[in-house]
Amino acid sequence: MTVQVRLARTVKDLLQMAQTEYYNSGHRTCQGCESAMVLRWIAKAAGPNTIVIGATGCMYVANTTYYTTSWALPWIHTQLSSTGSAVVGTAAAIKALIEKGKLPNERINVIGICGDLGCADAGLSEVSNAMTHTKYNFLIIMYDNESSANTDIQETTMTPYGALTSFSPSGRQIRVMKYRWKKNMAAMIAVGHPEVKYVATAIATDPIDLYNKVKKALEIGGPTFIHTLDPCPKGWGFDPKYSHEIGKLAVETGIWPLFEIENGKFRLTSTSARIASGELKRKPVKEYIRRQSRFKHLTDEDIEYIQRKVDEMWEKWLIPGLIPLTKELPYPETTKSG
Amino acid sequence: MGMAVSALEAKRLEAVLKGDEEVEVVGTGTDAVAYALMLVDIDVTAAYPIRPYSGVMERVARLIADGYLKAEYIVAAHEHDQFEIVKHASAVGARTFVGSSGVGWLLAIEAIVPISMDRYPVVALIGNRALDDPGAYGVEHNDALMVRDVGWLLVWVDTAQEALDTTLIAYRVAEDPRVMLPVGISMDGAFLTHSEHVFKIPPKSKVQKFLPPYDLGNRRLHPSNVISVAPQVNEDWVMELRKQVDEAMKNARKVIEEAYRDFAKIFGRDYGNPFVEPYMVEDADVIMVGMGTVSKPIKEAVRRLRARGERVGFLRIRWFRPFPTEDVIRYLSGARVVAVVDRDYSFGSPFDGGVLYTEIRSALYEAEHRPLMINFIGGLGGREITYNDAINMFNIALDAARKGRVEQRVIWYGVRE
Repeated sequence: MTVQVRLARTVKDLLQMAQTEYYNSGHRTCQGCESAMVLRWIAKAAGPNTIVIGATGCMYVANTTYYTTSWALPWIHTQLSSTGSAVVGTAAAIKALIEKGKLPNERINVIGICGDLGCADAGLSEVSNAMTHTKYNFLIIMYDNESSANTDIQETTMTPYGALTSFSPSGRQIRVMKYRWKKNMAAMIAVGHPEVKYVATAIATDPIDLYNKVKKALEIGGPTFIHTLDPCPKGWGFDPKYSHEIGKLAVETGIWPLFEIENGKFRLTSTSARIASGELKRKPVKEYIRRQSRFKHLTDEDIEYIQRKVDEMWEKWLIPGLIPLTKELPYPETTKSG
Repeated sequence: MGMAVSALEAKRLEAVLKGDEEVEVVGTGTDAVAYALMLVDIDVTAAYPIRPYSGVMERVARLIADGYLKAEYIVAAHEHDQFEIVKHASAVGARTFVGSSGVGWLLAIEAIVPISMDRYPVVALIGNRALDDPGAYGVEHNDALMVRDVGWLLVWVDTAQEALDTTLIAYRVAEDPRVMLPVGISMDGAFLTHSEHVFKIPPKSKVQKFLPPYDLGNRRLHPSNVISVAPQVNEDWVMELRKQVDEAMKNARKVIEEAYRDFAKIFGRDYGNPFVEPYMVEDADVIMVGMGTVSKPIKEAVRRLRARGERVGFLRIRWFRPFPTEDVIRYLSGARVVAVVDRDYSFGSPFDGGVLYTEIRSALYEAEHRPLMINFIGGLGGREITYNDAINMFNIALDAARKGRVEQRVIWYGVRE
């Protein structure tokens, strides 16, 4: 069953539906910050009946400095690793207070926002625990700028292969310090928590897709999760005016597949769906990688390696973007005996 | 493990929930706290297993499952998760309870500090336990004492009845608008968490008279109240905010006094001085000081020694934060020797003593007459401090009183060489 909620089909729809800003200008994020754009679209999609929880990270330090907070929604800080805890505590309190008649009975959106360090690394066990508390309604957004960007661009598990960070420089002895492949967070949440009704990936450079996904996640209820990839001029090394192009390239090269899993049904969305259907051809990853100085030390062979990995995901995975088991592996076969 | 409520207990719980009379039951120290949570009608609690505090969560789960308490019961991923869950529930206006022991309490420390700094009146039970390594289930007070500097009110209880009553008082004090700070109730692991006592459960009707509803006022996080809680303030405002916590902690002394006074009026149990329990301290030459269940053997020793004509007494520190500075001076400065029993340690502290010793010594600096002081560090890792131990400690202190000097300031009592 598809969730019943009014979605935007066109840019005109989006502009008409999402006029009110709940995440205002005047914050202190960097020029070209795509995470700020993610928050802006989330706030528009969620509307005023919302409580926002922000974990320590860029989007805490830069958005909610006292006197310059950009939120026109009630907002509270939570510790770096505690987004999962905070959404559960908030949603549980709302439920208890409504049931005891201490709050009016109305739907309040609870949205927890955490970066890749706070969500995929420090806060993974809390987020995982939260995803099993299916009697509470909340949405966790992981804004992934692929580094600990607020503390001087350090490596996280979400930093892509080969990228330069202050913890993974390139030197005379070791050219590629970041040898670990990026974790597949949305998939981990979806596959590991089968009762979760909505999980998606998104990107701010495709605002219609992002806006609709937030709307669906909030409408469907229970614990929900959206992972966004956020180009970061400071951490990735490109002119802020190219944020939008870099984001588009992440999707067009197939590095960042856009998908959603709604009530257990997986579907690629937007540009990624058009790639899967053959309507669009994937661009070479080189077009994305050579635009960012964090990859400047990579050789053509390194880039070919990345291309092979991306090709493998699209051509060999059981489900591209989701299940990294290749079709060559034996499927679990049901035996006739017993 | 998850014992069902017996028919007899069911009858008694119905009575306190619906009637106006208190009932007597048998239960552990953690049971007593659970019954208090039923009476204050908590809204949200978060559980994670670690001995010895976890009995309280087992009893709360049973009370919820059997319908005596309506609350959201969240099994957390770990202790840090537990404490952040209740912090955020409290921010929305829910009355919360949480707890832990030993290393669990320390794992949560990064979440424990924002609870006080953001001024949420969470009440926690600390089933005091030794820290790792090596592993030990038994009591030490270093777990709770780790938060002595960060705005948590800390109280030690020594009976199940006091545990129940103090839990009721803790919510009243914590939620008072002049305080709005969390309270940690310390209970000696095993000696009180797991020992059975006879205690009285007061009726809920009286608890409602004693404890007003939790009201965060204009700090309640809700879509109708667009506020930002704990934004990044840096050097601009941190100092002012810390000073507000300081004021709240100071206010707590008066609020605690009021709460105990009202408690005695409504429930008929009068604890006298809320902060300390003086036991035969008048005219005493030697006064032993301690926290928690060590009171039992020491009081017995006081009685026997008094019968032999020795002028000895005992002062049990109940509230450690806010520290009962005036009471410590009032009751101790007249003695010739003050002997502090620390079920904790503070390696490298002044004179290499325990935490309580160091704090009492600091308070007595302002006294007109400063007694001699001895520090016994003992009972670590759950080792028992017996009546005979208490007698031996008193004899060491009495000897110092007679000689007018202390030969060894800090004694690791009973330690094997």
